[in-house]
Amino acid sequence: MYRSHVLVCGGTGCTSSGSLKVKEAFEKAIKAEGLEKEVAVVETGCHGLCQMGPVVIVYPDATFYARVEAKDVEEIVKEHLLKGRIVKRLVYEEAQTEDGVKTLADTNFYSKQVRVALRNCGVINPEDIDEYIGTGGYEALGKVLTEMTPDEVIQVILDSGLRGRGGAGFPTGLKWKLCRPNQADKKYVCCNGDEGDPGAFMDRSVLEGDPHAVLEAMAIAGYAIGSDQGYIYVRAEYPIAVERLKIAIKQAREYGLLGKNIFGTGFNFDIDLRLGAGAFVCGEETALMTSIEGKRGEPRPRPPFPAVKGLFGKPSILNNVETYANIPQIILKGAEWFASMGTEKSKGTKVFALGGKIKNTGLVEIPMGTPLRTIIENIGGGIPNGKKFKAVQTGGPSGGCIPAQYIDIPVDYENLASIGCIVGSGGMIVMDEDNCMVDIAKFFLEFTVDESCGKCTACRIGTRRMLEILTKITDGKATMDDLTKLEELCLYVKNNSLCALGQTAPNPVLSTLKFFKDEYIAHIVDKKCPAGVCKALMTYNIDPAKCIGCKACAKGCPANAIKVNANSEVKEGKKLPYLVIGDECVKCGACQATCKFGAIYKK
Amino acid sequence: MACKTCSVPFKGTPEQEKELKAAIALMKDEPGSLMPIIQKAQEIYGYLPIEVQTMISDETGVPIERIYGISTFYAQFTLEPKGQYQISVCLGTACYVKGSNLVLEKIEEILGIKPGQCTPDGKFSLDSCRCVGACGLAPVMMINGEVYGRLTVDQVPVILAKY
Repeated sequence: MYRSHVLVCGGTGCTSSGSLKVKEAFEKAIKAEGLEKEVAVVETGCHGLCQMGPVVIVYPDATFYARVEAKDVEEIVKEHLLKGRIVKRLVYEEAQTEDGVKTLADTNFYSKQVRVALRNCGVINPEDIDEYIGTGGYEALGKVLTEMTPDEVIQVILDSGLRGRGGAGFPTGLKWKLCRPNQADKKYVCCNGDEGDPGAFMDRSVLEGDPHAVLEAMAIAGYAIGSDQGYIYVRAEYPIAVERLKIAIKQAREYGLLGKNIFGTGFNFDIDLRLGAGAFVCGEETALMTSIEGKRGEPRPRPPFPAVKGLFGKPSILNNVETYANIPQIILKGAEWFASMGTEKSKGTKVFALGGKIKNTGLVEIPMGTPLRTIIENIGGGIPNGKKFKAVQTGGPSGGCIPAQYIDIPVDYENLASIGCIVGSGGMIVMDEDNCMVDIAKFFLEFTVDESCGKCTACRIGTRRMLEILTKITDGKATMDDLTKLEELCLYVKNNSLCALGQTAPNPVLSTLKFFKDEYIAHIVDKKCPAGVCKALMTYNIDPAKCIGCKACAKGCPANAIKVNANSEVKEGKKLPYLVIGDECVKCGACQATCKFGAIYKK
Repeated sequence: MACKTCSVPFKGTPEQEKELKAAIALMKDEPGSLMPIIQKAQEIYGYLPIEVQTMISDETGVPIERIYGISTFYAQFTLEPKGQYQISVCLGTACYVKGSNLVLEKIEEILGIKPGQCTPDGKFSLDSCRCVGACGLAPVMMINGEVYGRLTVDQVPVILAKY
């Protein structure tokens, strides 16, 4: 037994900010003090507050140290671990109180959260199956195999109201139910870990922090639909997740929790990993399956649906990582427990990746139906630098924007759909007054143009034409006619594309057109970008009152656009030559960076 | 086919070939193993020249056009090797008007390769990139992440000679 545990986050966010060095430093310092029998150092998955990484939590008192560097470690060991005195200067700012520190669970970021899918992330060592078993892991699989029939399992999932967390929100139990009666010599259970939306990383965190939960849930799904083989399709860009999954599969096989005759019940189930190779479209279910088959990851028309004819032409189900992470808990705690959270049609919790113009970036898990205001203002800590909240973009390239007037909307599938937005996989990008909505729409369209697989014409050519029109708008060369064409094209692409990638690609445009049409019109008619983002519509100017005529900007100008003003005025009694920027300007901003007097501004 | 124009002669070793063949023999009977095999091949050789694709085709019996189709579909696979030193020249607006195209031309002339290619000895690969955000230093190029700014054509041979 150890008297204290030091948890160091080993998720991708904290690893990038140097948590592995911090972990090494702890091990060294603890050894140097002779504490290695009393204090254990554990590398965990993601805690969610990536902004504050590297994150270190010291138990039993759950002291939350933020932005810890290797050089701080000795102090924590000598003060906290040896003498029991908390190193207050390193404690997460919000957890500091006048008379000490509060626990992590009481901070704004965590107090409103309910962790189901993320319950083990940042708590256990994901590379040790015993820690997962110690928190009740594989109990659900045992219960299912020894006490329940497959139909009962499906009924529990149906009753819980769990819906797909990958974006579409299809009821998970129904998916299983549709697959179960289809007879075949082989059936497959697939897991979608091809998380590709820019700004979404909840699946990565689950795979990195709690890989066994996904394996256990897939085995349960296998039992429910009558399959003995699972595939996890995960992005090759997630090396830590891949590594931990490999370890987890190996350990589960050694413990007899995967393989033949699990728990002596005669049930066989095994799981293999398949790595993606960098294609966004492979997140679409039929494309993912063709990719596992070892082909170009192109989608195919449905029906037949995968439940009838999926992977290798056999009945298959595909669920998202986060969906699976909920399942063992639902089996153990019951459908009523899960259904007691959330709203009428959207049950349970959802993980969101909060990013953009927000103080606390990171992963948050909240009950469905939580008002957007709570997420932004309480959990996220509001908009930094006193800027005004403008909109939230959800669902990445398939989603839309929630403008400020809807900040009190409860976040669930139906409410977001009612304003043309989607929950999606859970990316939530917060935008303030400095973001241009036309530019955002263009950004997502550039992404879909790059990632369109090219199989169907509507998506391949349609998205490209849409991007051309958007570029015309941001360059200030468009007419109101173009706007009409853009809207027509949106509907055409939406209605005629083969798969969800194309069908949803116009969403970012449609949604910004719905709520921010005035910004489009400002670009087209007034040739102005209200947020000051679109380069072609900005001009750089020199304030004659501040310019001292030193010509530093002129020397740095790549286009020789800065010249002495012939009509220079008299300033402080002396005639100074101030400068002007001419038409040659390429708007690179180098002059503004060079000027020491703040005389250059853009408008 | 794009790989026909590959600028670097194929220099696979018998050891690499043995490793790939052993890996293929191990995997080929598994369903859907073509992707993992191609991933393994890229791990061994660093890229997928026509020779390697042919090898995979011969060993698995899968037609080469299917292997080529997969290799060109996914962003992770590359048909051209990357050099030991990866040069990228900024062709963003600010750099371009300051003559980064001339810098690029000079590099092409010295190394004898075009953007997207790699020198036959595998030392340098050349790419152009969009703005790197160092317009104040224009024109700019990067070699393995190190930034060289305020470049003139005369400096190019001096800098390349350092590597």
